[in-house]
Amino acid sequence: MKDRMPRLRARLRQPRTQAMLLAAYTALSAAGLAFGGLSILWFLLLLVSLLLLYYSDLPRMVKWVWAGVVVAVLLPVCASNGSSYESFMEVATQMGIFVAMALGLNVVVGFAGLLDLGFIAFFALGAYTYAIFFSDQANHFIAGHHFPLSGDLFWLCLPVGLFVAALFGVLLGLPVLRVKGDYLAIVTLGFGEIIRIIFNNLDKPVNITNGAIGISSVQAPRFFGISLSFPHQFYYLVLVLLAIVLYAVQRLEHSRVGRAWKAVREDEIAAQAMGVPLVRTKLVAFAVGASFSGLMGVVFAAKQAFIDPTSFTMLESITILVMVILGGMGSLPGVVVGACLVTLLNIQLMPELTNWLNTLTTAGVINFPSALSPSKMQRLIFGIILILFAVFRPQGMIPAKTRRYDDAVLSRLAAEWRETAGGARRDGAHPAVPGYTSGHAAGQEGAKEGASL
Amino acid sequence: MNVLEVSGVHKQFGGLVALDDVNFQVRKGSVTAVIGPNGAGKTTFFNLITGVYQPDRGDIRLEGKPLVGLRPDQVAMLGIARTFQNIRLFADLPVLDNVLVAMHGRLSARIPGILLGRRQIRQEERRAIGEAYWLLEYMGLAPYANEIAKNLPYGTQRRLEIARALATHPKLLLLDEPAAGMSPRETRELTEMIHRLREDFGLTVVLIEHDMKLVMNISEHILVLDYGRAIAEGPPEEIRNNPRVIEAYLGRGAVSGA
Repeated sequence: MKDRMPRLRARLRQPRTQAMLLAAYTALSAAGLAFGGLSILWFLLLLVSLLLLYYSDLPRMVKWVWAGVVVAVLLPVCASNGSSYESFMEVATQMGIFVAMALGLNVVVGFAGLLDLGFIAFFALGAYTYAIFFSDQANHFIAGHHFPLSGDLFWLCLPVGLFVAALFGVLLGLPVLRVKGDYLAIVTLGFGEIIRIIFNNLDKPVNITNGAIGISSVQAPRFFGISLSFPHQFYYLVLVLLAIVLYAVQRLEHSRVGRAWKAVREDEIAAQAMGVPLVRTKLVAFAVGASFSGLMGVVFAAKQAFIDPTSFTMLESITILVMVILGGMGSLPGVVVGACLVTLLNIQLMPELTNWLNTLTTAGVINFPSALSPSKMQRLIFGIILILFAVFRPQGMIPAKTRRYDDAVLSRLAAEWRETAGGARRDGAHPAVPGYTSGHAAGQEGAKEGASL
Repeated sequence: MNVLEVSGVHKQFGGLVALDDVNFQVRKGSVTAVIGPNGAGKTTFFNLITGVYQPDRGDIRLEGKPLVGLRPDQVAMLGIARTFQNIRLFADLPVLDNVLVAMHGRLSARIPGILLGRRQIRQEERRAIGEAYWLLEYMGLAPYANEIAKNLPYGTQRRLEIARALATHPKLLLLDEPAAGMSPRETRELTEMIHRLREDFGLTVVLIEHDMKLVMNISEHILVLDYGRAIAEGPPEEIRNNPRVIEAYLGRGAVSGA
């Protein structure tokens, strides 16, 4: 027995064993989803397979392809078995939208350490950008009858929404970034409310947003002549955009820009003393985070075909923040998990629980006052979650991991650098250093490699 | 030739005069110490040079280029790097990233290039990592490259701060109490290291220090501040016997008694 445990463990560490186990688990949960009556439980279990995939030791490319197959093929196919296919895809689409927004907020809060409580404003900006020009709303203030624009132009509106949000991110950032910490949180909270109230009241003197009534019959996007109107079509759209967002965030995190964000988060004074321009770095973080939100806002408006200011309340900003904190600030897998869980809790579990309690009440089994229904307790529940996490697990469900470098790779890169540094040094800032160019053992090794490259 | 020229610098915080018309020149390639009792204005002096504070009047020049009005990151890019009295590392970042951040101004990667994964930018990143690791090797920190900075022992953190400062390619290195909290042995090693840095990187070093043994050993020139005034300046032998300096450190009675 004692002998077998380490062997089992060694076996489990092999990528092939992991791949097989993972495949079995994925197949099981997919089958459950397909034949087990489309319950949300199987759906969750299938998503857990992605988490297990993340923790496995499979090569990176394999992980990406695997995850792609699960979300793009397996999930829709298995869900298509039942009558509630479209409502399932609707939930999944919402999840995708929130994941992308949480990833955006994570850039601002998790990487750059700037607490933004008005993040939903950028989502609203993206949504209104699309809704105003892709319904007849714009005819109210632009002469001629050019609107609504054709759904074919949706694809053009995606980058426009992105840039509008980014622009407002910078405009908000310029005055706001003079304040720090709690003050920043208050000011961004104010900004979020101001944007919503402006949209709520901009129906006079010129009717731009149609005020509290909202904008309806927004054009559906068209893709090669096909009008997108079913949730499963939006699901794929969101999936593609989400993949782009994930790729972008992941690239940025381990770049010059991402490092500067984190340095500013860790210590502003030291970052500045090391040559990191403070205001510009923060503005870029604001703009990048906002742009993802704006992008998803466009998709949201197109999907709903109707928007009004009530979709962009402060509670939505807080919800996204809860996703980031719950999952793990600065941790991409954490934020994805956090966003999925909170969305499910919000739009699936709480309404279902409420329905169930209501059924019991009408059946006379229990007497449950409607004032206490879970859907109405969203704030309380999020509040409790936030407090519990702040106390017991401030780093979130999946804490941020730092990238580790292989020592051998590092010393090879160092040797490479030393080989070529002679010519590249800036105006002799590093003069010839006697004792390291010739005498270092790793230097010779690098010379050979340098020659072969 | 002077690397740094400070002339008539005055800084007041409300009613408190932190620095009172200080003049100061630093010769290229020298090691200069700034000493003085607590609250004499030494760190304020560093903060004025590096752009953290702006002087009320006066002029500060690095190799003839005026620094007054520049932001700290701009000053850093002109060639002044510093360490801090109470260590200011990027505590939750790995050691290697701490050094890489300091290369920010010398790297050219912008968001579009990063997202497109341009070859030139990947190349630049590889070289930056190479240089950062080389610096860690040089400072004897290579084994800690993947460690989170806050987990390092105190003395090692101090060394990492110097490695990070070197990564900005400074002409002038400002060390704020580099020996604070170090054992006598570590202090000796520090002395050697400062000499080595100056030779190997062609640096000019200005340091604030309370450890008089270190100061007298290492510096060619000493500036003494007291209540924001430069009360003495000169080579170590001269400073050691200057009655005003002894008075500032030990009080009036010490001088009359001597």
